[in-house]
Amino acid sequence: MAQDIFSQVNLQRVYRRRRLTNKIMLGLTGLMLVLALIPLIWIIVYVLIKGGRHINLDFFIHLPQPMGTTGGGILHAIEGSLVMVVLASVFSIPPALLAAFYLTTHESTPLASAIRFSTDLLAGVPSITVGLFGYAVIVLAQKHYSALAGGVVLAIIMLPVVIRSAEEMLKLVPPDLRAGSLALGAPEWKTAIKVVLPAAAEGIITGIMLGVARATGETAPLLFTALGNDNYEIGKMIKQGIEHNQSIFDVLGRIFEQPADALPLTLWKYAQQPYPERVEQSWAVALVLMLFVLSLNILARVWIARRRSALQ
Amino acid sequence: MQTQTLTRKIETENLSVFYGSFKAISDVSVEIYENNVTALIGPSGCGKSTFLRSLNRLNDLVPKTAVAGKVLLDDTDIYAPSQDVVDIRRRVGIVFQRPNPFPMSIFDNVAYGPRLYGIKKKSVLAEIVEESLRGAALWDEVKDKLDKSGLALSGGQQQRLCIARTIAIEPEVILMDEPASALDPIATLRIEELIRKLRERFTIVIVTHNMQQAARVSDYTAFFNMGDDRAGYLVEFDETDRIFTNPQQKLTEEYITGRFG
Repeated sequence: MAQDIFSQVNLQRVYRRRRLTNKIMLGLTGLMLVLALIPLIWIIVYVLIKGGRHINLDFFIHLPQPMGTTGGGILHAIEGSLVMVVLASVFSIPPALLAAFYLTTHESTPLASAIRFSTDLLAGVPSITVGLFGYAVIVLAQKHYSALAGGVVLAIIMLPVVIRSAEEMLKLVPPDLRAGSLALGAPEWKTAIKVVLPAAAEGIITGIMLGVARATGETAPLLFTALGNDNYEIGKMIKQGIEHNQSIFDVLGRIFEQPADALPLTLWKYAQQPYPERVEQSWAVALVLMLFVLSLNILARVWIARRRSALQ
Repeated sequence: MQTQTLTRKIETENLSVFYGSFKAISDVSVEIYENNVTALIGPSGCGKSTFLRSLNRLNDLVPKTAVAGKVLLDDTDIYAPSQDVVDIRRRVGIVFQRPNPFPMSIFDNVAYGPRLYGIKKKSVLAEIVEESLRGAALWDEVKDKLDKSGLALSGGQQQRLCIARTIAIEPEVILMDEPASALDPIATLRIEELIRKLRERFTIVIVTHNMQQAARVSDYTAFFNMGDDRAGYLVEFDETDRIFTNPQQKLTEEYITGRFG
């Protein structure tokens, strides 16, 4: 019976058509992959060419020269970015992880829904609005711009990124792993720190890196909060602190309380200067910014791979 | 089969467990005897695991769980409001279906429990770890790599590590939720041998889908089935030999001869 049916169709033709379809679709997906990669490679190569020329040691270790003169570096922006991103991480990561833990352990409570909803809203708020918020709440209250204010608004930007990615990663931890610890009589907090967090560490760190990359690249919120500061130099502040016998808190206070610059902020300012050297330098800043984010990602990945092999 | 006198370790009185409005098990009354292995068998979804997890209050972790009836551990109700749940879980340990070693070294996995109860001295911990790993028949295989991750072990070794972790806090009862169902036949055999050995020190309650396993390892067997209302109930409880050779209920006979389930 069945053979009768199949004797009427040309199986070879069916197979040939399937092979052809397979080849065409495979080719199409490959082409799309290349198309998707073109913008990325284009940007990297273009920035490398335009910015690479101006990269030298001086560029990293000197403050900017006055407008219209050549030379000078972007030490102020590198240090400012570092300070503000560290501040943002300190402000945002602990609450974000706690929120993610709450969301995974109390999945369907009204508070969990509220947190999820507001996190999504926060992720959708334009970053310049977050900057205005920082201006109204911190800058106006303190009556001056500061790295601290910049750190706070960057923290607000990081918050939803870290919460949602950490939540996804924590969800992947098998429930019996947590139950195993609780079954030994461990309290919930110890279970979270010793068992659940390490089990999800790789994914959470990747999420944090995404947040840090996002914060490092933000310009708009810093316009209203950190403002910019051509003379931001941590080394100098520490040296002065030592000379005047100040405590470490005084020095840290100065570092946080001064207006600060950041890489994207400097890029933006330099790019609209009438001086060609400045515009050229802005390309170099773009390159540094790109490499900074890239190396952060690579470092995190190397660390994860090391940790994984150390455990095996 | 039993000649020594039996001491009742756990007793449930009309135990029912609800998940929200769903009744998972209904009116289960069973006695579990000290230093014996009690097997819980029955078709999927009949509430064996729910019953098992109610014996150390692990069901508390599932939101909206409610319990009616009593679970007596040495004649004290573990669901009494004054009862400390941590103390229950220290006295009644559990081994899960899928091996779940913590993401830390073999040593730290076993020392995790003792450390929770304030044991900090390295020499004491080392002693407990060795003793527990020996007790779980794993010591010889891992004694030279105690600082390696528990996750690097094979499935069968991971499960024995989890058993070592459980016995490290010297519980009185060990619950096992299909402890060998994720393992190959040889690893299964080792776990079964281990269960027979552990029986000398602990009271063991084991859920299994494998009736030969129940017949091999257990002294007593409780047969559960799912009622028309989808709630699990206890059909028959007796010495394992009797359940498998001369069951009193027709349903039990049908199940163990493979006619349903």
